[in-house]
Order: sequence, then structure tokens, then C-alpha cells
Amino acid sequence: MSTTLKARVLSVLLLLGLLCIWELSTPRITDAENMTEYELLMGGASEEARVPPPSAIILKAYEELTDPLYDNGPNDKGIGIQIAYSLYRVITGYTLAALVALPLGFLIGMSPLAYKTLDPFIQVLKPISPLAWMPLALFIIKDSEASAIFVIFICSIWPMLINTAFGVAGVRRDWVNVARTHELTDFRTAFTVILPAAAPTILTGMRISIGIAWLVIVAAEMLVGGTGIGYYVWNEWNNLDLTSVIFSILVIGVVGMLLDSMFARVQTAVQYQE
Amino acid sequence: MNNTPLLQIQNLTRKYPSPEGDQELIVFENANFNIERGEFVCIIGHSGCGKSTILNVLAGLDDASSGVVIMDNTEVKGPSLDRGVVFQNYSLLPWLSALNNVIFGVRARFPDWSRKQVKEHSYKYLKMVGLGDGAEQRNPSQLSGGMRQRVSIARAFAIQPKLLLLDEPFGALDALTRGTIQDELIRVWSDTDQTVFMITHDVDEAILLADRILLMSNGPYATIAESVVIDIPRPRKRAEIIHHDAYYPIRNHLVDFLTTRSKNTHQMDPSTPPVLNQQPLTVRPGIVPDALHLNTLPTVSNKFTKNRLTALTGTES
Repeated sequence: MSTTLKARVLSVLLLLGLLCIWELSTPRITDAENMTEYELLMGGASEEARVPPPSAIILKAYEELTDPLYDNGPNDKGIGIQIAYSLYRVITGYTLAALVALPLGFLIGMSPLAYKTLDPFIQVLKPISPLAWMPLALFIIKDSEASAIFVIFICSIWPMLINTAFGVAGVRRDWVNVARTHELTDFRTAFTVILPAAAPTILTGMRISIGIAWLVIVAAEMLVGGTGIGYYVWNEWNNLDLTSVIFSILVIGVVGMLLDSMFARVQTAVQYQE
Repeated sequence: MNNTPLLQIQNLTRKYPSPEGDQELIVFENANFNIERGEFVCIIGHSGCGKSTILNVLAGLDDASSGVVIMDNTEVKGPSLDRGVVFQNYSLLPWLSALNNVIFGVRARFPDWSRKQVKEHSYKYLKMVGLGDGAEQRNPSQLSGGMRQRVSIARAFAIQPKLLLLDEPFGALDALTRGTIQDELIRVWSDTDQTVFMITHDVDEAILLADRILLMSNGPYATIAESVVIDIPRPRKRAEIIHHDAYYPIRNHLVDFLTTRSKNTHQMDPSTPPVLNQQPLTVRPGIVPDALHLNTLPTVSNKFTKNRLTALTGTES
């Protein structure tokens, strides 16, 4: 048996074991007849307000995933619709960030002057928590939707910018010389030599960025409200529906994993061995 | 046919500012030499004498502090497709297959060619250096050092430059591979009219390949001291060349230069005024001194020696 297969089997066993412990450690809800006077008075609330067992979550997941696109008004939309809203914001903000970061990163990587000029700005702006921009964004943009996209934009720009600049600056001198001895124009050198040479580093930055964007969208939507998976989590917390909260946490994890593996695939495609 | 040399190097000097900034480091000074069309010229000298710098200046990748390089009556400025370069570390683009690395060069050289034409031309040159039948589809990382250098040589020959510059192309290869690729290089070179300028550390390699070997004195203040004509007829074979009468006189002359005579006299006394426009001394250790008379010259099939000899004896008489 190969190591991969062994690891897979162990992963499944570990999951089943943990789920069993979780399931068994969750107290049963006693029938109404067996309740004490006080418990009846409280409507069984103390027992309802527990972390739900995995079986309840699986049931919930089944319900939600078989009908992901229902829309019963502003506060009751299917998980598919919520995810779609979040993905739309992430992709829009992320694409805008890429459109700015990649050319700018190229410039910084190629020109020591541009690097030295812009470096102080990058150093100050980079460590700012993206959510700190939210009030300012809301005031200037005056639109919660666009503000959420702006927050995604500002958080995904830095890793892409820095990695692009780093990758471009680190292109081996020999390869640039190959381009020079072949009389390539600057434009062709950028696309046929520097871009493929720096692509693995650039993709690493893009992968870090998409991860951060997905982390930030949940928080941003909790603030902005209305739609999206972040809003969904917060809304279900307000509804005291912990089953839905746990279910949506898992969905956030799975979508994040899918986004990351997508970029991992592109990264493998542009990777080269020296 | 144009009688001026393809390449004329005149009073080439390269200085580097010293770290302290008070005195400049002069790597080489007033280097003068010519290269004829179709000629294979090797340059030998100790490390640090500036061989690679000269090659980089010829390639246009580096600038000389003073002096000029003239190719085809035009001054060389910046890199150009007229001067192909093979670097010691191959300089292949690792994300492209062997074939695509050659195509990269060919497409740059012949932008008007069709895709098919570019591919066929590239493949032809890969075949010439013994790569094909699937090996051309592999990436450089999947090729051995020898195969990588073959790809690099194919790329350089495929763009058909006026001058091919080889910077210690076999330096990183083992002796066996080096031998095979030397043979291939000679074969590809004989099939074309390519002019080649090559740096090497290997005396035997230089004798096998070159029409003429330039000897550089030690740096700093290095100069091109001698131009040694290799009077051994072509085609030369590695196994046979050592039995030729001229082989050991030439080899001894080169080794003697490298071990003793390469120490620069100028270096001892930097105050002597630099000598301008001085061509290196032409030496022919392969010819016994009393035979150096036009009528009794041994028949040499080397395509350049005749001109040069006339020139040499002409100035003497």
C-alpha cells in the first residue's frame, strides 16, 4: 500500500473517530414528559443552546445542498446564492488588484528607481488590516457593496505586488542576456523571457492573495451585511442556529480549499526546473 | 570578396573603478587584433586577464572603456543578432523544450518566416549537433550538461550570425563529452562559413579547433601578446593530430607562454607609456625556422595561412 493511500485511509479513520467522540459527547435532548418543572418553564432552552452533534449538521448540509439556490427574501437565501455573492466580490476585487499589482510589480522589479520611490508607501500600507479601510471606504464610496470589493482589492494587492516585483527583479542575468543578444524588443523580452521566468514567483503571490481575499471577505460581509457567506454566518448566529453556523464554517473552508487548489494547479503549470 | 577583416579590434581597454576610488583597475589595455571571415580564433590566457570581458564587449553585453570594435566596417554598439553567443553555463531558457529554445533564436532572427519554416530550420540544426528523435522535446533540466551545450550551440549556429562567440563552451563538461562535442563543433563549423571566436583554457582543444590562437598576457594591464598560427592541415582528427610534426612545437610554445612568458612586463612598470595600434606578434611554431621561405613552404590546406604568410614575409623583406 502506498503512503498516499495509507494517509487517505488514516484521514478518514481520524475524521470518523472525531465525529464519533463529538456525537457521543453531545447531551441528548430529553423528552418533554421527563423534564423538570423548571426545564419546562425554560422551554428546554438550556439543552437547545448546545453545540449540535455532527448528525444534525450532516442533516442540515443535506437540506441546504439539495436546494442551494432558493430565495425566500432578504434573510433567507440558499447557501449557493450566498457563496455566489461572496465569490463575485472576491473575484471582482481580486481581478482589479491583479490589474494594478502585476504591471506595477513589473515596473518596480525592472526599475530600481521605481522600487526605491514606491517602497516606503508599500511598507506603510501593507501592514494595515484591510478592515481598517472599511469606514473610509464606506464614507468615500458611499456604497456597501463597492466598499466590500474595495477591501478585497486592498488586501489582495500587496502579496501580488511584492512577489511580482521580487520575481521580476530576480530573473537571471543570463536569460536577460539571451534576450539582448537576440535583439528582442523590451516588450517581447518582458513577455517571452521575464514573464515566464518570474511566473512561479508571481503565481505564489497570487495564491497568497486569493487566500487572504477569501479570509477577508467573510469578515467584510459580517460588517457590510445583506448578502454573502460572511453575512450568512452572522445572520445564523443572530438566529441562534448553531447548526447552520457550523455548516457554513465548513462551506467556507471547502470553497477556500477549492480556490487554493485552482491556483496550485496553475502554479504547477508555470513551474520550471533549472 | 571583401578583403578587410570581418572584425577589427582597435586599442580596446577596460578599466574598473577600484573600491577605494583612488586608482582605476585596468584589466586589459590597448588590445589589437583582427579576425578574418570564416576564421576560427581561440583566445587563451590566465583567469582574470579579461578574456570574458573582451568577449562580452564583442557581444555588445559590456562596454569598453576606450577603443573600438569594428565589424564589417561598422562600429559595434550593443548586442546584435550578427553576433551569436554561446555561454559557458548554456543559458537555455528552462521553461522551453530544447527545440523551442532553438526556435526562440530562429524566430528572433527570421521574423518573416512561417512557423513551419522556423521549426524545420531549428530541427535541422538540432540534428546537426546530434539531438533529435524525441530528445528535442525535452526541457533543459532533463538533458545532460553535454546535451544542453549542444542545444546552445545549435541555437547559435541556427541564427547564422556573422560572428559566433563561444565563452568557454566546454568548461563545465567532462573530458569524454567534451571530445565528442568538439568533433561536432568542428563538423558544423566546416559545413558553414561561420567565423568563430572562442575562449578556452584547454591548450589541446585550442590546437584542435583553431586556425589561430591569441595569447593574452596576465592582467592587470593585460594585452594580446601573440597570435599563434596553427599550421596543421584540416580536417583534423583528435587521435591523429598529436602525431603531426607541428603539434608538439605549437603545444610547447603555448604551454611555455602560459607558464613563463605570460607575465606582463608592463605590469611591473605601469609608468611606461601605452603602445597604441600594436598588432600581436604573429608566431608560427609549427614551421621549422629554416623552412620559412616562400618557395620551400610546406603545403598547408589551411585557408588563411597563405595570405597571412605573404603579409608576414612581405613586411620582413
